[in-house]
Amino acid sequence: MSHDHSLNPETMPHNPEKATLEGRNKFLGLWFFLGGETVLFASLFGTYLALKNSTAGGVASQDIFGLGLVFLMTMLLLTSSLTSVYAMYHMKNNNFKKMQLWLGVTGLLGLTFLGCEIYEFAHYINDYDFTFRSSAFGSAFYTLVGFHGGHVLFGLCWLTALMIRNAKRGLNLYNAPKFYTFSLYWHFIDVVWVFIFTVVYLMGSVG
Amino acid sequence: MANNSNTSNLDSFQKQKNKDEMKKQLISFALMIGFTLIAFAIVASDVISDMFVVPVILLLAVIQVAFQFYYFMHMKDKDHEWPSIMIYGGVWAALLTIAGLVLVVWW
Amino acid sequence: MSIAATQKKGVGAFIWEYLTTVDHKKIAHLYLVAGGFFFLLGGLEALIIRIQLISPENDFITAGLYNEMITMHGTTMIFFAAMPILLGLMNAVMPLQIGARDVAFPFINSLGFWLFFFGGVMLNVSWFTGAPDAGWTAYAPLSTTSPGHGVDYYILGLQISGAGTLMGGINFLVTIVNMRAPGMTYMRMPLFTWTTFIASTLILFAFPALTVGLFLLMFDRMFGSAFFDVALGGNSIIWQHLFWIFGHPEVYILILPAFGIFSDIFPTFAKKRLFGYTAMVFATVLIAFLGFMVWAHHMFTVGMGPFANSIFAIATMAIAVPTGIKIFNWLLTLWGGSITINSAMLWSLAFIPSFTIGGMTGIMVAASVADYQYHDTYFVIAHFHYVIVGGVVFGILAALHYWWPKMFGRVLNEFMGKLAFWTFFIGFHLTFFIQHFLGLMGMPRRYWVFLEDQGLDTGNYISTIGAFFMTFGVLVFLYNAIYSWVKGEKAPADPWGGRTLEWAIPSPPPFYNFKQLPLVRGLDPLWIEKTEGNGKMTPAEPLGDIHMPNNSIIPFIMSLGFFIAGFGFIYQTDYNAAYILLFGGMAIALGSMLVRSLKDDHGYHITKEELEREAD
Repeated sequence: MSHDHSLNPETMPHNPEKATLEGRNKFLGLWFFLGGETVLFASLFGTYLALKNSTAGGVASQDIFGLGLVFLMTMLLLTSSLTSVYAMYHMKNNNFKKMQLWLGVTGLLGLTFLGCEIYEFAHYINDYDFTFRSSAFGSAFYTLVGFHGGHVLFGLCWLTALMIRNAKRGLNLYNAPKFYTFSLYWHFIDVVWVFIFTVVYLMGSVG
Repeated sequence: MANNSNTSNLDSFQKQKNKDEMKKQLISFALMIGFTLIAFAIVASDVISDMFVVPVILLLAVIQVAFQFYYFMHMKDKDHEWPSIMIYGGVWAALLTIAGLVLVVWW
Repeated sequence: MSIAATQKKGVGAFIWEYLTTVDHKKIAHLYLVAGGFFFLLGGLEALIIRIQLISPENDFITAGLYNEMITMHGTTMIFFAAMPILLGLMNAVMPLQIGARDVAFPFINSLGFWLFFFGGVMLNVSWFTGAPDAGWTAYAPLSTTSPGHGVDYYILGLQISGAGTLMGGINFLVTIVNMRAPGMTYMRMPLFTWTTFIASTLILFAFPALTVGLFLLMFDRMFGSAFFDVALGGNSIIWQHLFWIFGHPEVYILILPAFGIFSDIFPTFAKKRLFGYTAMVFATVLIAFLGFMVWAHHMFTVGMGPFANSIFAIATMAIAVPTGIKIFNWLLTLWGGSITINSAMLWSLAFIPSFTIGGMTGIMVAASVADYQYHDTYFVIAHFHYVIVGGVVFGILAALHYWWPKMFGRVLNEFMGKLAFWTFFIGFHLTFFIQHFLGLMGMPRRYWVFLEDQGLDTGNYISTIGAFFMTFGVLVFLYNAIYSWVKGEKAPADPWGGRTLEWAIPSPPPFYNFKQLPLVRGLDPLWIEKTEGNGKMTPAEPLGDIHMPNNSIIPFIMSLGFFIAGFGFIYQTDYNAAYILLFGGMAIALGSMLVRSLKDDHGYHITKEELEREAD
C-alpha cells in the first residue's frame, strides 16, 4: 500500500468517519438503509397491531407480559445506546483504547439484553405454552420481537468482528467509518425497541 | 492522501467542543430514562384512565426517539440533510403502512 | 494491478473477469444479458398463454400448467426482466451522466447483481419440480394452501433477488448524492439520473414491505405460523396490503426510469433542450410521493368500504396530473424541433400515444365504483400491459438503441431496428387493444379456457396473432444484437450529437470512465461546450492518480450461499437432510460477509504515467 491511513493525534480530522469519500459513502449508505429499515419494522408493527387480539382462544397479552423484565431490558438497551455514544466521543478525541472499552461495554449490555429476551421467550413457551404456532397473535409477537432480537444479534457479531479485527492496529481513516456506522445501527436498534416496549408490552398490558 | 492537507490538530478548542457535545448527550440520556420511567409508571400505576394511556405513552415514545435521532445519532448537525430526508421519508411510508394495516384491515 | 493486468486474455479470464467484476459498466452488461434471458423466458411463457387461448376450450396445455404459466410470466417479467434491465441501464449510464468514475459501493453493486441472478435461477428451477401457481400476486390463502413447493420457490427467489435490488437502490442513491462531478448540481442532472434517484428512493421504501410479506408467507408455509390462517385468528388481507404497499410503488419504480429515458432521447433527436426541465423533475417527485398512497386501489373489491375506496380513488386520479405534465412537456420538446427519426426515436414516439391509452384506462379503473365491473377481467390485463409494455418495454428498447453504442461500442443496425419496431408495435396493439373489449364483455383474467359463441372467439384469435407479431419483433431485435456484436459498425464517442456527459468520453468508455473529472457548466453540459465552448468538456482537475476498487469473487460466493440455503429452507419441511443445505448455505453466505469485513480492501491506483501512456 502506498499510503497509510494510520493516525496520530497531530493529524486527526474532526470527523474521522467522514474524512474520506468511502467514509462519507458508508455514512450515507447506512442512514439510507435505516430509512428502509423503518418501513421494514413498520410492516411488522402493522401486522402485529392487526393481529394482537387474534389469540384464537389462547393466552392474550395481558395474561403473560411482565413489566419488570421488560423494564430491565429497556434500561440495558438504553444504557448501551449511551455507551456507544461514549465510544464515538472517544473516537473523535482519537482515544482508541477508551473507544474499545466503551464498545466492549456496549456489547456486554447488548448480550445481556439478548439473554433476557431468550429467557423471556423460553418462559412464555414453557410456562404458558405460548408459541409461534399457537395463534396469529403468537406468530406476530415472536416475529416482531424476534426480528428485533435478530438485529441485536447481528449487531453483536458485527461489533465483535470490528473490535477483534482492529484491536491491534488502532484507529485510522479506513476503520473509523466502520465504527461510526455500527454506532448508528446500534442506536436504531434502540429506537425500534422504544416502540416495541411501548406498543407491544405497555399497550399490551393496558389491554 | 488525507493525512495532511484537510486535517488539523485536535486542539483544545475541538476537545472542549466534543466535551460540550457529550454534556448534551448526557442530558438527552437522562431525559430518555425519565420518559421511560414515566411511561412504565403510568401503565403500572393506573393513575390515568386506560383511554388516555395509549396516546400518552406513544407520545413519550416519539419524543424519546426524537432525542435518540437528533442527539445520539446527530441528525441535528449539519451534513445530515439527506439522512433527515430519508428518515422522514421512511417514517411517512411507515405511517401509511401502519395506517393501512391497522385501519383498513379491520374496516 | 495495472491496466495491462485487467485486459482480457482468454475465455477463462473473460469469464473470471465477469464473475469478479465490480466495474459498473460490466455489471450493466451482466444485468442486461441476464435480464434479457429472463425476458425471453417470460415472453415464451406469454406466447404459450396466448396459444392456449387462441380458440375456445383449447387444450394446448393443462389447467395446472396454465396456472404455472401465468404466475411465472408475471413474476419473471416484473422482477427478473423489467427490473434488472432497468438496473442494468442505470448502472451503464447514470455514473457517466453525473461524471463519476464509479458507483459509491462497487462491491455491493456486484453483490446486488448476483443476488438478483441467483434469485431468478431459484425461481426458474421450480420448472423441474412444479412451478408456483398462485398468480404473481400470490394472494393468501391460495398461496398458503397451494400444494407442492412451487410457491416456496417463488418466496425464496423473490426474497433473494429483492435483497439485491434493495442494495442496488441504496448504492445508486449514495452515488448520486456524493459522487457528482464538480458543477453538477441537482438541477443540472439529466432526467434519467433524476428518475434513477427517485426510483431508487421508491425501492428503498417499498421493498422492505415485500420482504416482510414474503417472510410472513414463508413462516406460514414452512414453519407453521398463523398470519394468514383464519382458523388461528390470522387475516389474509394483510398479505394483500403488504404486497400492494410494495407493489404499487413497484410500478413507478419501473415506469419512472422509462420516463427518464424518453426525457433524454427527445431533446437529443429534436435538437432542443428538454421543455420544462424543472416541471419534469417535480412531476417525477410528485408521482413518487403520490405513488405511495394509492396501493389499495388494487383492492377496491376487497370490502374496505366506500370511505377508504374514495380516498384511494381520488389519490390515484391525482397521479394523472403530474403524468399529464410530463406528456405535454415531451410534446412541447418535440414542437418546433429539428427531428431525426431513427429506431430509438420510433420507440419513444410510439410510447406517447400507447402510454396515454394506458393512462386513460388507468383513470377508468381508478373509479372505485366502476372498478367492480373491471376488476379481474381482461380490461385490467389490457390496462397494465399498455402501461408496462407501452411504457416500460418501449422505454427499454428505446434506451437500448440509444445507449447501445456507449455500452457495447457498436451501433445497432437501423433497418433491423425499424423492422423490429414496426412488427412489435403492430403486434402489441393487436394483442392488447382488443383485450379491453374482451374484458368489458366479461372475460375474466387467469381463466384456462373460455366457451364458444360468447362473443370472445374472434377477439382472442386476434390477440394471439398479435402475440406472434411481437415474438417476431423480439427475435429480430435479438438477431440485431448478435449481429452488432459480430460485425456491427464501430461506434464513435458521440454518434447522435448528444447533450449529456456520457457522450463526452469514448465508446465503450475506459474502465476509469473519465481521465479527468469534467467541469459542468449547466444543464446538458456537453451541448453547452459544443455551442459555447470548444466542443470538449473542460477538466475540473489536473491529471493525477485514479483510485480504483479491486475485483472480488466474494459477491458471487455469498449469493451462491444464499441460493443453497434457499433449497434448505424449501426442503426442510420434507427431509431433515435439507438442514445441511440450510446451515451450509448460510455458513457460506455469512462466512463470506465475515471475510469481506475482516479483509482490508483499499483498492489500487492507476498512476498518472499509465494514464498518459493510454492513447487518446
